[in-house]
Amino acid sequence: MKKCGRCSKSAVLHITELRHGEVQALHLCESCAKEYLSKSSNANPEEIPPGVESSAEISEELDELDQRVCPSCGITFKEFRAQGRLGCPHDYIAFEDELLPLLENIHGETKHCGKIPKRAPESSQQQFRLIKLRSELRTAVDEERYEDAARIRDEIKQVETRPPGADSPGETS
Amino acid sequence: MDIESLTHTSGEWLRATGPESDIVMSSRIRLARNLAQFPFPNRADDSVRAEVEEILHAQIERLNTGRRLSYIPVSNLEQLDRQMLVERQLISREHSENRGRRGVGISEEENVSLMVNEEDHLRMQVLHSGFALDECWAEIDRIDDAIESELTYAFSERLGYLTACPTNCGTGIRVSVLLHLPALVITKEIQKVFQALQKIGLAVRGLYGEGSQAMGDFYQISNQVTLGKSEQQLIKTIQDVVPNILSYERRVRTALVKENRRGLHDQVSRAYGILRNAQTISSEETMHLLSSVRMGINLGLIDDLEIPTVNELFIHTQPAHLQKIRHEKLESAERNVARAAYIRQRLAARPPEQN
Repeated sequence: MKKCGRCSKSAVLHITELRHGEVQALHLCESCAKEYLSKSSNANPEEIPPGVESSAEISEELDELDQRVCPSCGITFKEFRAQGRLGCPHDYIAFEDELLPLLENIHGETKHCGKIPKRAPESSQQQFRLIKLRSELRTAVDEERYEDAARIRDEIKQVETRPPGADSPGETS
Repeated sequence: MDIESLTHTSGEWLRATGPESDIVMSSRIRLARNLAQFPFPNRADDSVRAEVEEILHAQIERLNTGRRLSYIPVSNLEQLDRQMLVERQLISREHSENRGRRGVGISEEENVSLMVNEEDHLRMQVLHSGFALDECWAEIDRIDDAIESELTYAFSERLGYLTACPTNCGTGIRVSVLLHLPALVITKEIQKVFQALQKIGLAVRGLYGEGSQAMGDFYQISNQVTLGKSEQQLIKTIQDVVPNILSYERRVRTALVKENRRGLHDQVSRAYGILRNAQTISSEETMHLLSSVRMGINLGLIDDLEIPTVNELFIHTQPAHLQKIRHEKLESAERNVARAAYIRQRLAARPPEQN
């Protein structure tokens, strides 16, 4: 992982700027990035071409994106950006819009064309549901809501014994 | 498997039995897999980690793919024992330094290692001597199938096998060869090789993978991309490029001999002499000299020593191994003395020269 160009923390924001026809690459950590974005929007507002969002808006958008949470494991997009590791398989769906460009960047492709397990795909929804229920169960136990915990435990048992693809009708997730 | 007994043995992959093993020390393929119904290890609390370990441990014990596997609960091991497994390439540094319940299933010959609760739930590795990627793939594919027939992996049709780090998703495969390239290092031609490899999307690393330095002129070459190409394609990219590097290294070796045979003979003999006589020696100097001696054997300049012995010394002279062999904790300076003594003993026990 690249280091921030202004301090020694690891960079989370990678900016490519065109200045006077020259390409400039900037790698910044969380705090330096915020400082950079707020400064550049104050300093030279006239330099921002019309039709392009102001840096303040971009910064706001970044914040909003960072707050996104995976409903299964509870990780925020910000946490993922800070540590570079996802929390659970469902993150690939929860953060799909953000991850696809990243994957494209890393691999140059976004479509798997290798080995396929003989049994997985149809049961994946059920698995994601189990992750979610287990994390709910932990929270309920931590908060001493034992009735809820018992209910969730029963639900986990039900999902576990149900054959894949046989979701009960009317169930939302 | 008894960790203590490992000091008397060495992995099959060190025995230089595979094709091109004068330059290709080993071939390795690893696969990253996760169980669909659990968060990834870094996001899992102790009870989830324990559950994942229990499931995979039981699965590893049940595996019936021709090799007997022993399961070692890594989280119960002392730091020195963990480091020893790292030095033998049986677990990663990350796996050694991680926290929480984790383990590894290892085959007797040390060709197979299945890490549980590393960065992903399951990191499987198959290692063979020499240039033998097809054998590695056949074996790891079989193990993967056997596990997959009983457990549900995290998989998406679009993105393939889902991994904790997006850099591994898709095939989850890392195909690598460990090359010994002393002549390219001496002539500084190695930089050209690096540049050419980077252009075709291959990574070059040191002996112990990511972030490690190139020790003893060993370089690990592996794929970077894991998504959008099939396992066979990724293996083939490496298979196609390695023969070029081998002939490059051999060409430069021949040129070195032709240019200055006496000088080269002197250099490798001095390296051998120091190793046989030194009273204290650092790990770095050992690697450097062993590399020289290894090339000397391959060029016929040293004829009373075998490649597998040198391969083994690269591993057995590292800090954790030395301390296990001596059954005591040793400071750096003490280790240098112990290392020199161990090398002298290993190199002295040679059969007398026939002529």
